[in-house]
Amino acid sequence: MRRSPADSEKSARLITRRGLLLGTAQLAFAGVLVGRMRYMQLEQADEYRMLADQNRINIRLLPPARGLIFDRKGVLLAGNEQNYRIVMVREDAGDPEAVLDRLGKLVWLDPAETEKALAEMTRRSPFVPVTIADRVSWDDVAEVAVNAPALPGVSPEMGLSRVYPLGADFAHIVGYVGPVSDYDLDRLEDPDPLLQIPRFQIGKTGVEADYESALRGSAGTSRVEVNAVGRVMRELTREEGEQGASVQLTLNHSLQNFCEARLAGESAAVVIMDSRNGDILAMASAPSFDPNKFVRGISSRDYSALLEDPYRPLPNKASQGIYPPGSTFKMVTALAALEDGLIQVEDTFTCRGFVEVSGRRFHCWSRGGHGKVDLVRSLRESCDVYYYELSQLVGIEKIAAMARNLGLGIRHDVPLGSVAEGLIPTRAWKREVRDAEWLIGDTLNATIGQGYVLASPLQLAVMTARIASGTQISPRLVRAIDGVEQPVHGQVPLDIDPVHLEAVRLGMYEVVNGARGTAGSSRVVAEGLRMAGKTGTSQVRNITAAERARGVTSNDDLPWERRDHALFVGYAPHDVPEISVSVVVEHGGGGSTAAAPIGRDVLLAALYDDVPPLSAYPASQRGTIRSRLEALDLRAPQAPSEGRSRA
Amino acid sequence: MSYLEYNVKWTPAGLSKVLHFNWALALLLAAAAGVGFLMLYSVAGGDLGRWAEPQMKRFGLGMAMMFVIGMVPIWFWRNVSLLAFGVSVALLVGVEFFGEVGMGAQRWIDLGFMRLQPSELTKITLIMVLAAYYDWLDLSKVSRPLWVLIPVLIILVPTGLTLIQPDLGTAILLMAGGAVVMWLAGVHIFYFLAVAVLGAGAVTAVFVSRGTPWQLLKDYQYKRIDTFLDPSSDPLGAGYHITQSKIALGSGGWTGRGFMEGTQSRLNFLPEKHTDFIFTTLAEEFGFVGAGSLLALYIGIIILCVISALRNSDRFGSLLTLGIAATFFFFFAVNMSMVMGLAPVVGVPLPLVSYGGSAMLILLIGFGLVQSAHVHRARSK
Repeated sequence: MRRSPADSEKSARLITRRGLLLGTAQLAFAGVLVGRMRYMQLEQADEYRMLADQNRINIRLLPPARGLIFDRKGVLLAGNEQNYRIVMVREDAGDPEAVLDRLGKLVWLDPAETEKALAEMTRRSPFVPVTIADRVSWDDVAEVAVNAPALPGVSPEMGLSRVYPLGADFAHIVGYVGPVSDYDLDRLEDPDPLLQIPRFQIGKTGVEADYESALRGSAGTSRVEVNAVGRVMRELTREEGEQGASVQLTLNHSLQNFCEARLAGESAAVVIMDSRNGDILAMASAPSFDPNKFVRGISSRDYSALLEDPYRPLPNKASQGIYPPGSTFKMVTALAALEDGLIQVEDTFTCRGFVEVSGRRFHCWSRGGHGKVDLVRSLRESCDVYYYELSQLVGIEKIAAMARNLGLGIRHDVPLGSVAEGLIPTRAWKREVRDAEWLIGDTLNATIGQGYVLASPLQLAVMTARIASGTQISPRLVRAIDGVEQPVHGQVPLDIDPVHLEAVRLGMYEVVNGARGTAGSSRVVAEGLRMAGKTGTSQVRNITAAERARGVTSNDDLPWERRDHALFVGYAPHDVPEISVSVVVEHGGGGSTAAAPIGRDVLLAALYDDVPPLSAYPASQRGTIRSRLEALDLRAPQAPSEGRSRA
Repeated sequence: MSYLEYNVKWTPAGLSKVLHFNWALALLLAAAAGVGFLMLYSVAGGDLGRWAEPQMKRFGLGMAMMFVIGMVPIWFWRNVSLLAFGVSVALLVGVEFFGEVGMGAQRWIDLGFMRLQPSELTKITLIMVLAAYYDWLDLSKVSRPLWVLIPVLIILVPTGLTLIQPDLGTAILLMAGGAVVMWLAGVHIFYFLAVAVLGAGAVTAVFVSRGTPWQLLKDYQYKRIDTFLDPSSDPLGAGYHITQSKIALGSGGWTGRGFMEGTQSRLNFLPEKHTDFIFTTLAEEFGFVGAGSLLALYIGIIILCVISALRNSDRFGSLLTLGIAATFFFFFAVNMSMVMGLAPVVGVPLPLVSYGGSAMLILLIGFGLVQSAHVHRARSK
């Protein structure tokens, strides 16, 4: 049907009007779109660009190489070792189980580990590398590399792990590292993001723990571009981390090894100090353990064996162990009395084998008594009665003050985590801790290093070094950090009359070299290296009357854990002291028989910086000494490691 | 033709029709499609064969169809309008029973060489049948209720069928396209106001019905609306798409990050980057300049259609041309609003650019009809 021209024209006008209106509306909406585009792309562009970068850029931490630890000669004590692990990428492997089967025929795989790896592979994105075997040998890596075509998706990866080349010798000093635990995270309050890296290792004990912040170094970063599912597309920038500072200890690795070997079979500790500057040359605690086992993850069987060993291999007895110092404490009492002017060097007391104080008998070790005893003789023969008499004159407070002056009862600043404070009792201490009044008997016990008095081998070594040098020398364990020499503390004279010190030193010389000296069998005959010292035997428990009745009179009849501790402190050369030493042999019996010979051997080893020559020993003893020294299980001295780089 | 009739009209015939084609329109269509090829090449990571090449082939086929359809006289298309509409509605019904569903959206029928989505076809045939209806209807009756009811029913039948597919995007486009033709034909503005009020009521009903047994939309459709209203409410789920899309668009800046340098698309942060979200890749890689250029091309196509329609005295031809132009407009307006976060994600492709056969072919068929109207319009000698 055809419309009239008028109708048609009217229709055309209508369409034109409404069509133009529609076109305008469309243009207007296009304007809105342009406006929105302008707003987003021009005004908010920076913000969106930032969001886009946040989307695509991941920052990954690159763990730095841990700082190295050296001995005073530059021999590596703690280094980093390249280790290899085998990883597998599921999407490249195709059929992971078949590939694992093939791999298992080439290298040994722990079935439990592979099971875990397979589970992890299915759980995680297909492109994430999953560790199948950790710490594989170089041979296995080569095996994998050669057979690469048959092992799609399998590749070796390299990492660094801590290694202690000298093993057990430095376990107590250097300590060991281990993966960060939740406990560590709570404890450290350390915001370092490195700690969040799975299996990142931090120092757990010893210098490793105490110098953690210096050794750790700073993390490197790798900025990588990732896609929407987290696959790494490429690395944008890479900033390598900075290796941790290297720490040089004052210890001498061969002397340390000699000490550990010399202590073999005992539960004992030795500290050797340079009495001129306080450098700790050796600090041995026996028995020891292999710290490398802890780095690799110690088996629970090995760990419980360490825990259950009655000789307690884990703690560092040299710094943590505290013992009644016994007669090695007598120098303290003597110096306290001399300084107070209560006695003169020549004054004598008569020893009848005991004294009676407030109705109680205090015995000298010599039942028959020593007779007339002066200071030198009291030290040489370790007369107890002389000190019982002295202490009643001096009183505990002055003895305690002198003990602190000589480095006992205070915590020395060495980086070993737990360093024992020991115990030098006072009236105030007893009131506060024991809620009891101080008794005169307490003073008598303390004066011969029994009763409440407790000291660590480190403290005894400091005491000896201070007496020997006449200075307030303090122990130093870290010689340099990143080549920067660490300060020596205390090279100032003690506030003690040198005449008094000289008298005590003479007594200590007589202990070793005088007739009837308690350490007479441990004398040194090498000219210029003669030793001075003091023995100590501290009771763990009194022999009870009932035991005495059963015929138990000496240590040898008692079970090991109830025998006396044997102690020895000494220094040499006696006239110009260089080296001081303290020895504690737990339940070793007598100080003169169990501790002094060890003290002499390690002192000589320190002076010679080698296994001591037989010529240093009295001729009569050389046969037994030779067989003893030859029986030592010594490590050949190590060469300083080259450079300070990765080892 | 008599010399007495000074305003003798004629229409070109035979091969001379080719000269009277709307070549400017064809050029702009090709330019827009060209942008599409470029972007499909880019989002495939420089792989021509993945999306760009098949798209080029389909565009070639579509252009050929446009020319063939353009050569056919417009009266023929008017006469087959009802039939075409009937067939497409029948296909819509058929697809309910025999069709396949892809990705929770449109249903298709596999024709062997291509997948035909009847809902796409309906977009054109609905415009056709409405244009023919108003060409036939006497102008004075256009606003009478009975004569308004008929086209409303014509619109609602395919709209309802697509809604139950469910394909909200196409349903909206169908409704909008139909309404535009009704409005152009002169239906009184009162009806549109009434529908607007009813629509507001319907939207309220949709929201109120949520969670009740008679809820009007599917859960995922509600979720899309939620996400649109507050993308941050679900940053890792559905809101992720909108957020990533906006980041890509915004990070383009003035001139973009460079061809194939868009991190959002290259690193797969963008969803559906070769189909519904392809505009974001364009905006990311070519910035405001690139995105604005494509919009300018689209506006150019609309303007050419409007000019052609206004110069056409044939009622069917001009309604058809404007209706198809409006459909085209709704395509890109909804798509762009969606990726810019101005509208919920409803699954409408970017015309001529998004990867996909049906949509492109149907659009070019539509523009074939526009060409036919353009070529066969009566013009003064």
